[in-house]
Amino acid sequence: MQYVDEFRDPQRARALLQAIDRLASQIHQDRPGPLKIMEICGGHTHTIFKFGLERLLPATVELVHGPGCPVCIMPRGRMDDAIALAQQPSVILASFGDAMRVPGRRLTLLEARAQGADIRLVYSPLDALSLAQAHPDRRVVFLALGFETTAPGTALTLLQAQDQGIGNFFILSNHVLVLPALEALLSNPDLHLDGFIGPGHVSVVTGTQSYQVIPGRYGKPMVISGFEPLDILQSVWMVLKQLAEGRCQVENQYSRLVQSQGNQIAQQAMAAVFERRHSFEWRGLGAIPASGLKLQSSLAAYDAEVQFDLPGNLVADHRACACGDILRGVKKPWDCRVFGTACTPETPLGACMVSSEGACAAYYRYGRLAQITSDP
Amino acid sequence: MCLGIPGQIQAISDAAHHLAIVDINGLRRPVNISCIVDGDQALEEYVGAWVLVHVGFALNRLDPEEAAATLALLDQLDLAEGTADAIR
Repeated sequence: MQYVDEFRDPQRARALLQAIDRLASQIHQDRPGPLKIMEICGGHTHTIFKFGLERLLPATVELVHGPGCPVCIMPRGRMDDAIALAQQPSVILASFGDAMRVPGRRLTLLEARAQGADIRLVYSPLDALSLAQAHPDRRVVFLALGFETTAPGTALTLLQAQDQGIGNFFILSNHVLVLPALEALLSNPDLHLDGFIGPGHVSVVTGTQSYQVIPGRYGKPMVISGFEPLDILQSVWMVLKQLAEGRCQVENQYSRLVQSQGNQIAQQAMAAVFERRHSFEWRGLGAIPASGLKLQSSLAAYDAEVQFDLPGNLVADHRACACGDILRGVKKPWDCRVFGTACTPETPLGACMVSSEGACAAYYRYGRLAQITSDP
Repeated sequence: MCLGIPGQIQAISDAAHHLAIVDINGLRRPVNISCIVDGDQALEEYVGAWVLVHVGFALNRLDPEEAAATLALLDQLDLAEGTADAIR
């Protein structure tokens, strides 16, 4: 497959690993622990485990998995709202497959569907709009979630609904923004990071300029990265090169898709539809100011939060879960006492185990069930 | 969730709604190309372009020259590291 296979080439990976090894040992000489680089995006976490990259890197480089999985950070109370909506007889709830097994307080969407709620899986928000057109007697609610990558699709779909005068289409917005979450992480004194691998597909939309605050205010290098194995290895190498040369800046590894100003059409669609919430509750991370998007009040006719009565409860995370510490990169999945026992992809307790991009699901699926202390 | 897949635009299927048929690894599906449409250009001119597809939308055009430049840089690194001769 073009633009995929060539970025998985083993020969180039060997050269990168050799260059990484040399740089890491050069930088590591005067440091007590490993160099810690956080990959923010769940898609990166998935690639790292699918291709075994963390085992190929030298022990002096540790990849820390960040909170960039919008399914993983859905709090239980928001899932309960979606389930309550789906249980109304007039409603068809349209959801991405990823959200179906995220636990609410008592149920998942999958279980609610088994009990009779009309919940449909969609691939695109446009599929949800087609459902509304096909069922004019029902109210179709799209469970919108995702970062800046996904929000433009929701925005453009809503603008199309408005344009076509479709009155039975609603959005339950759980869209979130990457940068406020990163800033919340960086203000946590428990977390010691040396640099970031930045979210490639979010940056296709936002551009790279908005991340200047990461080197500027927090003094951490950041490299915006693609999602193939060579992309990630090259990004690790670029972070190390910055550290070795005493530079600290935002660099763009994913230049085939990311431009510094981002996609302005997508940004304009988001600006026409959404406004920032005062605060949004993230599972495991708590309330983060200005980190979530809701529909503008002029679009209240499409806003499920305005048009329906929702429980709107704050539900604490499951007591046994270490999701919060895992999303912050403070703990590894195997440090959680229910990981792989009570909490598995089939019966997840925490959302990090639900999405294939969650750190726990990646560790479980690719067999990293316990810490390997010494390689054979 | 932010999974994006490269695909190539095969045809414009619904110009009014900016819908194109995109070949994604052999699978042909309708994709909304509003985010890459520049008002001055005829939609037919996008046929053949590579795009990044996410939840049914093309988020950007893929720049073949930048892709080639990234790979060329890695090949230079390969030569500099001397791994090329050692293995081939």
